[in-house]
Amino acid sequence: MSISKKDVEHVALLARLEFSEEELEEYTKQLNDILGYVDKLNELDTADVEPTSHVLPLNNVLREDASRDYLDNETALKNAPDKKDGMFRVPKIV
Amino acid sequence: MTVYSLTAHELHEKLKSKEISARELARAVLDRIEQLEPKVKAYLTVTAEQAMEKAAEVDRRIARGEELRPLEGIPMALKDNLCTEGIKTTCGSQILHNFVPPYSATVVEKLDREGAILLGKLNMDEFAMGSSNENSSFYPTRNPWDLERAPGGSSGGAAAAVAADEAVFTLGSDTGGSIRQPAAFCGVVGLKPTYGRVSRYGLVAFASSLDQIGPITKDVKDCALVLQAIAGHDDKDSTSADVPVPDYTEVLGKDIKGMRIGIPKEYFAEGLDSGVKEKIEAAIKQLQELGAVCEETSLPHTEYALPAYYLVAPAEASSNLARYDGVRYGFRDTEAQDVISMFRSTRSKGFGPEVKRRIMIGTYALSSGYYDAYYLKALKVRTLIRRDFDRAFAKYDAIVTPTSPNVAFRIGEKIGDPLSMYLSDLYTIPVNMAGLPAISLSCGFSEGMPVGLQIIGKPFDESTVLQIAYQYEQSTLHHQARPALEVR
Repeated sequence: MSISKKDVEHVALLARLEFSEEELEEYTKQLNDILGYVDKLNELDTADVEPTSHVLPLNNVLREDASRDYLDNETALKNAPDKKDGMFRVPKIV
Repeated sequence: MTVYSLTAHELHEKLKSKEISARELARAVLDRIEQLEPKVKAYLTVTAEQAMEKAAEVDRRIARGEELRPLEGIPMALKDNLCTEGIKTTCGSQILHNFVPPYSATVVEKLDREGAILLGKLNMDEFAMGSSNENSSFYPTRNPWDLERAPGGSSGGAAAAVAADEAVFTLGSDTGGSIRQPAAFCGVVGLKPTYGRVSRYGLVAFASSLDQIGPITKDVKDCALVLQAIAGHDDKDSTSADVPVPDYTEVLGKDIKGMRIGIPKEYFAEGLDSGVKEKIEAAIKQLQELGAVCEETSLPHTEYALPAYYLVAPAEASSNLARYDGVRYGFRDTEAQDVISMFRSTRSKGFGPEVKRRIMIGTYALSSGYYDAYYLKALKVRTLIRRDFDRAFAKYDAIVTPTSPNVAFRIGEKIGDPLSMYLSDLYTIPVNMAGLPAISLSCGFSEGMPVGLQIIGKPFDESTVLQIAYQYEQSTLHHQARPALEVR
């Protein structure tokens, strides 16, 4: 499979990234190189193989539904680039 | 030997006998940092004042005659992706250049409770993505054995600091070799514990199914002591395993006679540097001298681990790094007029090229229409890689390989070619894919640079790995070599 400049533009939008024309050219080339390399996996027949998303047998970890202290409002907002009235402030959304 | 060159267990004796105070020790290592940092650049932040205060506290405890714990008063440092309350944690990225965590990682709290003294935070490839530390968005760290060469990565600062005696031990993180490869390049000991052995709470996530925190130390005994301090289940990390933690020092000194060690032939194929190969073969002979039974074995899917990793890790990263949007912390591009443009320009200016490259690969691999062909395929190959190891461990107690196919390369040598950079993690990546414990320790020099020997163990069997590593180390003493960093 090969990936076009238009595909790269689309993926950049999905990933919330943006690139200059020059970067788009470079990323298209590099992503094609990397995807060409990972195509090696198609040498293997995996039709009957279960996927491993995680190496440990994971179980749900439950705790009692009780409130606990966590970050207070001031601490949670301490690193915010912009804030107002105890909330994160962002540019207009709608 | 000067005080900053000593190991944690040697220093523990000196503190206990009051031959040296915790303050004198902290001061000595801080002075060393001040002298060497212009050359090595292992640190991003040095917390000298807090370190001296904490050392004074330890001295008061010693004066009161209280019992000294193994790491109490020992100066150490942390990779800058481990959250430290009130101390800047950048992940080597502009996007977190001003981030001060409101809480500490579990491992940080544990070391603090043990009385270890934090000297500062260490340089790394941005978001732990890289094999040379050249992807740090601040400055590259230099290899103490040759300042023109890379220290490896992504825990390059953590390995260089130990090699240069700028910390007695450090903690790094390992997603595809990021503890072991820099430990090999810098001639120190680095251990990636079994996935789940150490809590990841407070470790800035890269690829959550692969990441693991581990120690970088001057010798194997220190490695066992630090692992002891950080291992164990944590309620705050549901992927930390509820498995008993043994006494890791108990096995040190036990012989390895009759132990069965597999040598996978795929790790000695094309691509392995001849100088490295020679040292690894000599190390295998030494293990035989010590009584181990070493046999050639096969891990047939080895060559597929790297391509599978470069789908799985970026896929997880693209999801984990979605949180850096300029809203809650870190850098924000304030010029954008609407929220989507703000996300896009913040992320594009805040992330460096390698991070963006991996987010792009991961987003593509997870996107509609390509998920089955790429991501799911890689997860199935991951199963095949695990099975290779399962089969080998039915027969062997441990597996021995080179840590990296080459010694430390020159800064700038591979930065323009991402694929050739990825290949330096060829022998470490399969271990993360299978979630196994593995150590790297020095087995001599090639081209004047340290060569790393990797010992891989069964899940949760760090003890056997440490036992073999200790026997080898004590019979060769390669760990006593130090780089010549003249201080003017």
